[in-house]
Amino acid sequence: MHSSGSNLALRFWQLALLAALLVLWHVLVVPGILPPFYFDDPYKAAFFFGEPLKVGVRVWQWFVSGDIYRHLWITLLETMLAFFIGTACGVAIGIWLALAPAASALLDPYLKAINAMPRVILAPIFFVWFGLGVASKVALGITLVFFIVFFNVYQGVREVSPVVLANARMLGASSRQLLRHVYLPSAMSWVFASLHNSVGLAFVGAVVGEYLGSSEGVGYLILQAEGVFDINTVVAGVAVLTVFALVLDWVVSLIERRLMLWQPRSGETERI
Amino acid sequence: MTPALALENITCTFLSREDPAQRYTAVRDTTLVVAPGEFVAVVGPTGCGKSTLLNVAAGLLAPSAGRVRVHGEPLGGINRRAGYLFQQEALMPWRNALQNVTAGLEFRGLPRTELLEKGNAWLRRVGLGGFGDRYPHQLSGGMRKRVSLAQTLILDPEMLLMDEPFSALDIQTRQLMENELLELWSADRKSVVFITHDLEEAIGLSDRVVVLSAGPRTRPIGEYRIDLPRPRDVAEIRLTPRFIELHGEIWHAMKAEVLKAYAQQRQ
Repeated sequence: MHSSGSNLALRFWQLALLAALLVLWHVLVVPGILPPFYFDDPYKAAFFFGEPLKVGVRVWQWFVSGDIYRHLWITLLETMLAFFIGTACGVAIGIWLALAPAASALLDPYLKAINAMPRVILAPIFFVWFGLGVASKVALGITLVFFIVFFNVYQGVREVSPVVLANARMLGASSRQLLRHVYLPSAMSWVFASLHNSVGLAFVGAVVGEYLGSSEGVGYLILQAEGVFDINTVVAGVAVLTVFALVLDWVVSLIERRLMLWQPRSGETERI
Repeated sequence: MTPALALENITCTFLSREDPAQRYTAVRDTTLVVAPGEFVAVVGPTGCGKSTLLNVAAGLLAPSAGRVRVHGEPLGGINRRAGYLFQQEALMPWRNALQNVTAGLEFRGLPRTELLEKGNAWLRRVGLGGFGDRYPHQLSGGMRKRVSLAQTLILDPEMLLMDEPFSALDIQTRQLMENELLELWSADRKSVVFITHDLEEAIGLSDRVVVLSAGPRTRPIGEYRIDLPRPRDVAEIRLTPRFIELHGEIWHAMKAEVLKAYAQQRQ
């Protein structure tokens, strides 16, 4: 009881902080509440920073009129495709290179170089290759997601306990069974640690891609609004993206909790 | 009679990874023969290459020279007739106790119903009937060792290779486990090679104690037949005069090697 009570209190304070920040924002920007203290013109603060109420109204209008759904769907589709394809490639290639030292040694400098490269800069190339549609954004997202997952899986497979491995071999596991029952589960804990990062980066790939050139998606909406100095719509787009990034992160946490039951949590006691 | 396990003139030399010119010979020209149904304990000072010898018998490590024969046949690759109990934690942490116990059967492709039936029976046999759904981190050290024991014995191996399996346990749990091991062993008399640095454990459990010299270049320096009656209780048998006599005799032979190993480690 105690823990759920304090949990509720924590949620309350988290929401209270959000409300306080919104009120502060409102008071600082809306003309006429405070005398201007930085800008000479009372309307300039609202022009540069937007107004929380107008942002709220904009988000409301988007969802009521349904204008946003098409764009949101495109952005989420790009994000999910980049996330799944990038993760799958990262896991597959991570396991392969971790188990093939010769290939790993050969490719090592190239992997390091591609990882060190600021990959967002590849966007123009992807536009040329894949056009301005969904595919180029997915490609950009994959280049971001892949390396995070790849390096984690690589590390995870290499750090498999040699004793657990020897034990599984003594119990009669074939090399395929070793992969399925030892290497993969051992790498999974590393993969999940990286998935939270990679969901965020899949979003970055999609939105930055849209921002640099597209005809739909939330990034496109933001670009359009920025073009006419409609800062409220820009902020509304950012807010909607943030909420959906949080939702995706939460979904990853849910799956992680289901699949990683075996992991010890610190201070865990049995509930009777 | 064909021995269950024969290590013939085994030598294991390791090359240093940084400098291939540097070599370390862990085991040199060692011969160890185990008869079917015999319980052999191998004792020696710490770091004398006992585990190396066992890994060779398991087929996890290829010897630099010498031959391994299992029931007369030369060993290539993993020793499929052997079960191995490791000193360290060897359970798969992502499998619960039941799934760990049945892992070997699963690798052999047994149908699921038979698998669960056998697994549960073995969990009960090692006293963990209600703990099948627990993950290794939710079990105590002694319970994890029992899961390991069931995991190995469920496959009914013809021989058991044990590498100081109980050394991490407290003394009470350890004596319980030793008695449980003797009871399980007496049911079908598998050949056992039991590695330990604890002479009392070695005498209490085995039919024969082999003493190894201090490393490097370990080799056997003595063999003692343990003629204590069975069934034994490892806690009680320590107090019998014959046990004390054997202990004195073997310790006398071992002492010089232990001191040598200690002196080497202090350098």
